[in-house]
Amino acid sequence: MENNLQRSLAAAEGTVGVSAAAKIKMTARDARVFYGEKEALHGVNLDIRENEVLAFIGPSGCGKSTFLRCLNRMNDTIDGCRVTGKIELDGEDIYDRSLDVVLLRARVGMVFQKPNPFPKSIYDNIAYGPKLHGLASTRAELDEVVERSLIRAGLWDEVKDRLDQPGTGLSGGQQQRLCIARAVAVSPEVILMDEPCSALDPIATAKVEQLITELAENFTIVIVTHNMQQAARVSNRTAFFHLGDLVEVDDTTHIFTSPKDKRTEDYITGRFG
Amino acid sequence: MNTTNQTNLQDREAAWAKQRRVVEQSLARRHAAERRFRGLGLSGVIFGLAMVALLFVTILAKGLPAFWQATIPVEIYFDPQIIEVEQRPGLLPGESAAQLREREMAWQTQLTMSNWNRLIENALLEFVPEAADSRAELRRLVTSGERFRLRDMVVADPSLIGKRVRLDLLADANIDVWLKGNIDRDLPDNQQQLSAKLRQWADDLYARDVIRMSFSTALFANTDSRSSLASAGLAGALAGSLYMMLIVILLAVPVGVASAIYLQEFAPRNKFTDLIEVNINNLAAVPSIIFGLLGAAVFINWFKMPLSAPIVGGLVLSLMTLPTVIIATRSALQAIPPSIRQAALGIGASKMQTIFHHVLPLALPGILTGAIIGVAQAIGETAPLLLIGMSAFVAAVPATPFDQSTALPVQIYLWQGNELRNFFEARTSAAIIVLLSVMITLNAFAIWLRKRFEKRW
Repeated sequence: MENNLQRSLAAAEGTVGVSAAAKIKMTARDARVFYGEKEALHGVNLDIRENEVLAFIGPSGCGKSTFLRCLNRMNDTIDGCRVTGKIELDGEDIYDRSLDVVLLRARVGMVFQKPNPFPKSIYDNIAYGPKLHGLASTRAELDEVVERSLIRAGLWDEVKDRLDQPGTGLSGGQQQRLCIARAVAVSPEVILMDEPCSALDPIATAKVEQLITELAENFTIVIVTHNMQQAARVSNRTAFFHLGDLVEVDDTTHIFTSPKDKRTEDYITGRFG
Repeated sequence: MNTTNQTNLQDREAAWAKQRRVVEQSLARRHAAERRFRGLGLSGVIFGLAMVALLFVTILAKGLPAFWQATIPVEIYFDPQIIEVEQRPGLLPGESAAQLREREMAWQTQLTMSNWNRLIENALLEFVPEAADSRAELRRLVTSGERFRLRDMVVADPSLIGKRVRLDLLADANIDVWLKGNIDRDLPDNQQQLSAKLRQWADDLYARDVIRMSFSTALFANTDSRSSLASAGLAGALAGSLYMMLIVILLAVPVGVASAIYLQEFAPRNKFTDLIEVNINNLAAVPSIIFGLLGAAVFINWFKMPLSAPIVGGLVLSLMTLPTVIIATRSALQAIPPSIRQAALGIGASKMQTIFHHVLPLALPGILTGAIIGVAQAIGETAPLLLIGMSAFVAAVPATPFDQSTALPVQIYLWQGNELRNFFEARTSAAIIVLLSVMITLNAFAIWLRKRFEKRW
C-alpha cells in the first residue's frame, strides 16, 4: 500500500496538475473517491497555488464537485463515501487521524451551489462562525467582523440598515454574497465554491464574479463551474475533469486557446458536455 | 408539383382533424374520470365529517345535561341537641401526641354517630311540612353522601354547632333522573324506583323552584362514589390522568427525542441499527394491551411497584408513546434540508453544534407536534391501565403518583357499566366531554406551539 503510494507519487512528477513554480497551498496525490464500490474519482494529482483562482470545469458527473468536497472533507458526511490517497494543506495530511475536521473547515471554507443562509438574521449569519471558533470575544469585535465581512462581500451598503432582518429575506444574489461573507468571516485560507452562480441571474452572477476576483487578493479560491466563460473570466488556472479523471490543468488562457488534450478541446468547443 | 403540394396539405389537414377528434373523444372520458374521482373524494370527506358531527352531537346531547344536576338549596341548622358531642379535644398538659390523636379519633367517631340525617330532614320539612310523619321517605330526596358532608364540615369547624348555614344539597340520583324526564312516568308503581310520594314531592318542589338544576361542581370536585351516586365525580380520575400525563411528558418526550436524534444523526448505519429501526416501527404497531401486560409483569411483579398507581400507568404509557415520539422526531429531523447542515459544517461547526444550533430548532415544531399527539394518545388509552389495576374503585384523590388512583378513560369505562343506567349514561358522556376537552386543549396547545416556533424562523 505504502509502496503503491510512493510509486504513484513518483509517477506523478511532471504529470498534469503538479506544479513546480509558486507557493503551493494544497496538494492532492492519487486522490481517489469511492461511493460504495464504485470509484468516482480515479487518482487525481493536483497542486493548488496560494492566492490563485483555480477553476474546475467538465461535464456533469465528471467528479469535479466530488474532488472539491474532498478538499475540506465534506465528503465525510456522505454515507458510503471513501477517500484514498493523500491530500495536504500546507504540507499537513488533512485525512490524518490527528487532524481535527472542525479546524480544517475553519481553514478551508466553502460556498455552496444553492444559497443556503441560516434562517436567522443577517448579523447572526455572519457572526455564527466567528462566535463558534471564539474569533471575536466582545460584541464590538463581533460587530467589526460582521461589518468587515459584509464589506468584503460587497453587501454592506445593501444591508447595513437591516442587519436584524432574516437572511432568507434577501434576493438570491444577495443571499449568495451573504454566504460568501459568512465563509469569509471565519478568515479561512482557502475558499471552495461549488457552482456558486448556477442559481443566480446574470447581474447577480456578475457581482459574484467581481467579488471572486477581489477576494483572490487575500484568499486561495477553488471554484467549480459549468460556465466556461465564467472560468475564463475569473480564474488564473483551469482544471478540466472528465469521467473521474483530471485530464488537464493549465493557465486559463492556455486551456481555452491551446488545450493539449483532445477531450479538453472537444469540451471547450462544445462538442460534448 | 403544385397538385402534390395540394394533396399533401389536404392529407395533413385530414390527419389533424382526425387527431383532434380522437383527442376530443378521450377528453370526455378523462374529464369524467376526474369528476368521478373528485366526487368520490368529496363524498368520503362529507361522510367522515357527518360521522364526526353525529358523534359530537350525541355525546353533547347526552353529556351536557349532566353538567347541571338537581340540587336543593336549604338552610341547615346544626342543632346542638342532635349533634351530641363534647368539645373538640385539645392538648392536655403532660399528654403525648399519640394520646391526643387517639382522643381526637374517639371524638370523630362520636361525631359520626350523631343523627346527621335528622338535620337534613329538619331542613327539608320547611318545604314539605306534611312529611313530618314520613321522615325516612323524605330523606330519600337527598343523596346519601350529603350527611357525611355535614359531618366533615363540623369536623373542620366545630364552631358551626348551633349555627344556621345555607347549603346546596345534591338530590338523589333517581330524583335527578326523574326530573330530567329519563324515567318513564307511565310505569306502574311496582316498577318505579321512587315511591309515589317521593315522585309527588319531587315534582312539587321542582315546580316551586326549591329543587333546581344548578351547575354540578360535584362532577369535578368529588371522587367516584358507589353509595351516593349523585355525588360521583371525576376528581380522582382527573388527578390520575394528569399525573400520568406529567410522567409521560417527563419520560417519553426527552428519551424519545434523544433516541431519535442519536439514531438519525449519530448512529452508524449497519445491521444492528437497521434492526433497532425495524423494531421501533413494529413497536408502534403493538396493541396497547400488550404494554399493560408488560407493565404488570415488570413494574408490578418484578419491581414491586404499587398496584393501581399513576406511576406505573405513566411508565406503561411512556413505553407505549416512545415509538410515536421517536418516529415523529426522526421524520421532523429528516425533513430539514441538507443545505442547512452543509452550511453549518462548511464553516466548521462540529456535528453536535450543527444539530443543536441549526437542525433541532428548525425541527422543533414537528417534534413538538409529534410529542403532543403521542401524549394525547396516551391519556386516551384504557386497555393497558386495566391490566395494572387502574380499574379498581378508588374513592380518593391521589396525593402523589404512588397513591392508588384511576384515570379518565377508565372512569368512563367504569361508569358505562354502572347499574343505574339512566343516570350514568349522562354522567359517562359528561366524562367523555371532559376527556375530549383535555385532548382538544392539548392539540390546540400543539398548534399554538407550532405556529409560534414557525414564526420565529
